[in-house]
Amino acid sequence: MAAPNKKHDKPTTGHSWDGIEEFDNPLPRWWLWIFYACIIWSGIYMIFYPAWPLVHSATTGILGYSSRGDVEAEITAADQANQVWYDRLTSTDLNAIADDAELQRFAVNAGAAVFRAQCSQCHGAGAAGVVGAGFPNLLDDEWMWGGTLDDIVTTVTYGIRNDEFPDARWSEMPSFGRDELLTPEEIDQVVNHVLNISGQPHDATLAAAGAEVFDYNCSSCHGIDGEGDIYSGAPALNNAIWLYGGTEADIRATVNNAHFGIMPGFTNRLSEAQVRAVAVYVHQLGGGQ
Amino acid sequence: MSSSEETPQLYQAREPVFPRRVYGAFRTLKWWLMAFTLGIYYLTPWIRWDRGPNLPDQAVLIDLGNRRFFFFMIEIWPHEFYFVAGLLIMAGIGLFLFTSALGRVWCGYACPQTVWTDLYILVERWIEGDRNARLRLYRQPWGAEKIRKYGTKWLVWLLIGMATGGAWVFYFTDAPTLLRDLVTLQASPIAYGTIGFLTATTFLFGGFFREQVCIYGCPWPRIQAAMMDEDTITISYRDWRGEPRGKQRKGEAEGSHGDCIDCMACVNVCPMGIDIRDGQQLACITCGLCIDACNDIMDKIGKPRGLIGYMALTDESRERSGNAPKSIWKHVFRPRTIVYTTIWGGIGLGLLVALFLRTDIDMSIAPVRNPTHVVLGDGSVRNAYDIRLRNMNAEAREFELSVVDHPDIALSMEGVEGQVVLVGPDEQLNQRVYLTAAPGTDEGNARSTPVRIWVSIQGEATRDYRDTVFNGRGQ
Repeated sequence: MAAPNKKHDKPTTGHSWDGIEEFDNPLPRWWLWIFYACIIWSGIYMIFYPAWPLVHSATTGILGYSSRGDVEAEITAADQANQVWYDRLTSTDLNAIADDAELQRFAVNAGAAVFRAQCSQCHGAGAAGVVGAGFPNLLDDEWMWGGTLDDIVTTVTYGIRNDEFPDARWSEMPSFGRDELLTPEEIDQVVNHVLNISGQPHDATLAAAGAEVFDYNCSSCHGIDGEGDIYSGAPALNNAIWLYGGTEADIRATVNNAHFGIMPGFTNRLSEAQVRAVAVYVHQLGGGQ
Repeated sequence: MSSSEETPQLYQAREPVFPRRVYGAFRTLKWWLMAFTLGIYYLTPWIRWDRGPNLPDQAVLIDLGNRRFFFFMIEIWPHEFYFVAGLLIMAGIGLFLFTSALGRVWCGYACPQTVWTDLYILVERWIEGDRNARLRLYRQPWGAEKIRKYGTKWLVWLLIGMATGGAWVFYFTDAPTLLRDLVTLQASPIAYGTIGFLTATTFLFGGFFREQVCIYGCPWPRIQAAMMDEDTITISYRDWRGEPRGKQRKGEAEGSHGDCIDCMACVNVCPMGIDIRDGQQLACITCGLCIDACNDIMDKIGKPRGLIGYMALTDESRERSGNAPKSIWKHVFRPRTIVYTTIWGGIGLGLLVALFLRTDIDMSIAPVRNPTHVVLGDGSVRNAYDIRLRNMNAEAREFELSVVDHPDIALSMEGVEGQVVLVGPDEQLNQRVYLTAAPGTDEGNARSTPVRIWVSIQGEATRDYRDTVFNGRGQ
């Protein structure tokens, strides 16, 4: 029969805190076995997986595993899974995509990814453009070259005013001041006319004279009432939206020197499905027509 | 202990514990608790609860795939996770309460490690016999009998482990379907993997690690020390009554020994393999089996019961000096436990109120901040909001959105005509919503205006609102 209180005879570590001592208990044996098992495991791991750093690389292990390879395989698998959707996107009529809720959802998400990678540099991550600097806001209700899905696809495919594609949209505003097509007085008058039709403070006398100047020089593109024309990419001047700024100084600068905004065409960089996806994405941002 | 010059061993093999069978009040209580807790665990997934055609009919279901938690008439969505957090906090405070009042009562009676170990020991006893038979078999060299008995025992343990892992996965998907899939080998690898893992842990923890889980692995015994005080009810050996221990021999004077006859009954029944007469110790889970064992012996030798018993530390000195102990109730009802109970009950009450006050619609608004606003051709100002509508109902319903306080702000939705949108049964819908302030209005010109967006259900009185901000041109 065991002696009573045998536990109290166990050796202590010799440490004593306020009279509290610590037993020097042995570790459980199974803990030791787990420790040995871990050592063996690490040996096996080093054989099968990358382990030892070398100067420029590391040992590869006999499985040839790498996390980069993992990512590549995942990307390939994701692309393959998406291929079905891209096929549907190209085979469906552009205006019928919205009727297929699933396809629309895919197009919006895929288009958002394309937009972030290809478009956001100029048009901004939120597609609001840069107001006054010539990068159009894609959220508002004015489209210089048309805001239907077909129009957007054409614009994305070939771009604006670039020599690369004959099909690119093209127009050029004359530099009325720099090329002396209008006198400074006439420019004064037409600027005040534009301020008038866009509902801003102006000199009524100058504006009245400017109406005639506008009629002769500007209305063939910008329209009789300054309502703009999507076939020549002439922005509406009778509203609150300005691509290069709407103050008197901004308008004067535009009439004097004109602007020639260029957008690249994406047909060589994006697949047809990607172009359609980004068009669907832009179309549903609030401005689509 | 041998001489102190001997080098102490660095590593120590486990000393196997062979608890002897015991009868008594605490043992009976433990059997009932085991049946009750295991019954809840194994049977709950099979209770059905009709929720209509669009929702699962399992009473308790953690639907991770669809992110829903079903508990009888209650359905919890992910955004209502505070209910789960509240229940976890209540569980924590409940442990504080029980520990400060009754010591390690959780460890001794309700902890899964204790319950399953108890079940495994029961199986062991059925197959190999009681303590002495098991000890004898353990010391026997391997032979036909040992292989047969150990093999049978391990097989039964494995089956219990499989049932345990199996019951666990039933909580996460429709139980009858999953059982059919499991049997026909159609179930997902995750299900088999989970069952395999839990089978292995149950088998190892219940069959082999046993008391070592509590002594080496579990943080709870360490934490509990901070929650116990001198009023906590715990198990004690009344050494002033029992010592000096030993058997009354012929020729020895009456009264030369205490009540303890050193029969080792309390040690032999202990599932932790400790001697309670050494005093309260970390390894004691206060399961009460030594009390049952000792009471039995006291009855046999004609001494009063209670040489080992539940008592508080303050009573020890009281009893030692011959005074009557305080009643159990006075120990249990003290400021500390009352505070714990109040907090516990307060949280519970709060959760109940929240549960009954919640509506079955929900809306959250994320204003689009890039850009903050868009100026349209006619000079009106438009803000966009990503609105999340949740229809926490088994029927599809039409949600109507509106702005009431600002007549100059119009509400429209992307891809939807009008202000009404259909949300499917038990689904959530992400909808882009536009608010447009008419040209020249205060809202359009101000930097920002608070607005309230209302959501209501067509044909029902249910409605709710969220406050957000409308950004104008800031002129």
